[in-house]
Amino acid sequence: MNIAERTGRRRLAVGWEAGDRRQVWPWPRLTLAVLAVAACAVPFLLNPYRVFQLTMVLVYGVALLGLNLVVGQSGQISLGHGAFLALGAYVPAVATGPLGLPHPVALPLSALLAFGLGLALGLPALRLRGVYLAVVTLAIAVVVPPVIKRFGAVTGGSMGLSVSAPSAPSWSGLADDQWLYLLVLAVAAVAFAAVRNLLGSRAGRALAAIRENPEAAEVLGVRIAAHRTLVFAWSAMYAGVAGTLYAWVVGFVSPDSFTVTLSIVLLAAAVVGGPDSPAGPLLGAIFMTFVPAAAQGAGDAVPGLVSGLVIILVVCAAPAGLAGLLRMAAGAVARRLGRE
Amino acid sequence: MLPAVVVLLPALLLGGCRLAGADEVVRTGSCAGQQSTGITRDAIRVGGVYPLSGPASAYGAIASGVRAYFGYVNAGGGVDGRRIEFVVRDDGYQPARAVEEARRLVELEEVFAIFQTVGTPSTAAVRDYAARRRVPQVFVATGASRWGVDAGHPWTIGYQPSYVAEARVYAQYLKETAPQATVAVLYQNDDFGRDLRDGFADAVRDSGVRVVAEQSYEVTDPGVQGQLANLASSGADVLLSVTTPKFAAQAFAVDAAITSWNPLHIVNSVAVSPAVMASVDVRKVGEIMSAAYQKDAADPKWADDPAVGAYRESLLRYAPEADPASQQAMFGWTAAQAFVKALQRMRCPTREGLREAVRHLDDVPVDTLLPGITLSTGPGDGFPIESMMLSRFEDGRWSPFGKVIDTRAVFGPVRTASAG
Repeated sequence: MNIAERTGRRRLAVGWEAGDRRQVWPWPRLTLAVLAVAACAVPFLLNPYRVFQLTMVLVYGVALLGLNLVVGQSGQISLGHGAFLALGAYVPAVATGPLGLPHPVALPLSALLAFGLGLALGLPALRLRGVYLAVVTLAIAVVVPPVIKRFGAVTGGSMGLSVSAPSAPSWSGLADDQWLYLLVLAVAAVAFAAVRNLLGSRAGRALAAIRENPEAAEVLGVRIAAHRTLVFAWSAMYAGVAGTLYAWVVGFVSPDSFTVTLSIVLLAAAVVGGPDSPAGPLLGAIFMTFVPAAAQGAGDAVPGLVSGLVIILVVCAAPAGLAGLLRMAAGAVARRLGRE
Repeated sequence: MLPAVVVLLPALLLGGCRLAGADEVVRTGSCAGQQSTGITRDAIRVGGVYPLSGPASAYGAIASGVRAYFGYVNAGGGVDGRRIEFVVRDDGYQPARAVEEARRLVELEEVFAIFQTVGTPSTAAVRDYAARRRVPQVFVATGASRWGVDAGHPWTIGYQPSYVAEARVYAQYLKETAPQATVAVLYQNDDFGRDLRDGFADAVRDSGVRVVAEQSYEVTDPGVQGQLANLASSGADVLLSVTTPKFAAQAFAVDAAITSWNPLHIVNSVAVSPAVMASVDVRKVGEIMSAAYQKDAADPKWADDPAVGAYRESLLRYAPEADPASQQAMFGWTAAQAFVKALQRMRCPTREGLREAVRHLDDVPVDTLLPGITLSTGPGDGFPIESMMLSRFEDGRWSPFGKVIDTRAVFGPVRTASAG
């Protein structure tokens, strides 16, 4: 049994677990292909509301991919990602509404703005460590809804704004929600591939080194502050992109959708999903979307209770998150099938 | 991601085929082509989105009143033989969640209509979706005047008197009883507050009644002491408190504390709740007034009223968690009754039929509305209730007085939504 299987943690590029390159799951390509086929078939097989829910899973998945860069890869805590989500959501609301810009502009625009804001905030914030960063980002999350309300002339105030989504081109013959799902799926796939690329690169290894042992990394010549700031900006960019997708999918933005609770829920979902795993964001997003919706049937106050219990259970039983659990299960299945 | 592309192309070529979730349509007769999702010969599925959790969870009691009335109707054989199935979802008073839950109701639960969304933000968020999906969103629980004048969203209609109508009732009373009155206005700085404030300013224009001071507060403010002190320095005869319950209670407390200023304290109806009124020191606050349009189950005047009796009994049976004295439960019950009346008046049992029915109500009576108040809508008039009665707070309870003020007859239709 290798280390990844025993602990549920990803194989690391650095540290005492680094040498073990054995794979937990012997058929990654086949599995990925099957998942891709299933993901593409979904909008044609399921009820529109289920398609909507899965679209939301992908949207939150993109946001959590970004948050994982901060939480999982650089070992910091951000309580402010709801604010970047809000920024990203208000960009299409304002840009394609009052300003009259075309839809395709909104996505790169919000990515750029969120990246810039992340960089600007990351410069001072990431010189702070651990709990200080958490408090600074918490402040951002707290400040954003009142700021949105204050500039009511642009943002619609507490009433919010309707957002028009890109509609399906007529040649495709798709319904709008199917088109939107495929669009979000494509963005999520690109985002996923980009994160994978980043983590496999020199920067990814440097981040892992910083997380595992900052002093040692610094001795080896890794510029800690620069790496952390940049990764925070990347992470903010992901949240911004997710915000734009969110606004398209829901069709409405209001300050109350981006309260500090959202930031906390995102962090919880990142931890539950598995902060240092590529599958973690998706599992976290599934947790975020389906657990409250499913628990609501049981009673009024139940969703909060159930979510809380799940978080405690996962943290106690599977410190590497649901992704870790999945990895352990995969290892067990592969072993049973006699590969090891 | 190569496999994704390989699959995507043929999937696109499939051309929008979908194996689930098609809308049902009437095929024959005079109603052909209209949507009949959620309605069958013996059942109607209705969905509501209420804030059962979150900051406005007090409004969740509306759902209890609605459930009680539907239970009462079903026990009596339903609406034209159709049982009403009522599906309630929680939006936590967050507009975006309201959209998600509305989608769930329409696309997954396949409801016939969305009967009630609560609050102006949630309703505004859902109405685009309702218009796009062509699903009736009827008798929404908010008094914003925009629902009644919005030609772009024919599927959404309000129910209670609009804030503008309420403002007109106060204006009319002052014009008649104190034509030279000076008024100080405290208002919540959002759509609701501005709607009512602007409506009042409009209604007293060209009369002797003058607004001499105005102060606003934000929902996030801790209190309104400072604002009240500023208003007091104007020495106005009347204080118009355009507030939500928490701030209404504070305004009463500060008014009581300022002994040098004893204005007529008018508080808007959404702020009136038993908890707020219980906190008022009536000896120190001058005259207190508000407006009402439905019967108050706590008022001994209606103790023997058969309509209120049925309400109490059904609430106990179908929604025992709700307090019968709650205005919200009564609101739900009364609105549900209005909804059932609209269902009975549908010419076609379709979504289009319901949309037409709620827009062509002619003096439809509802037995828990105050006597003399009925539901009326018509072409260009999307406000079902536009009459109210003034009500005075005496001996720990509200008593309506005077006659019903029909703002439509006095002021003409509401033309412009003052907010968005």
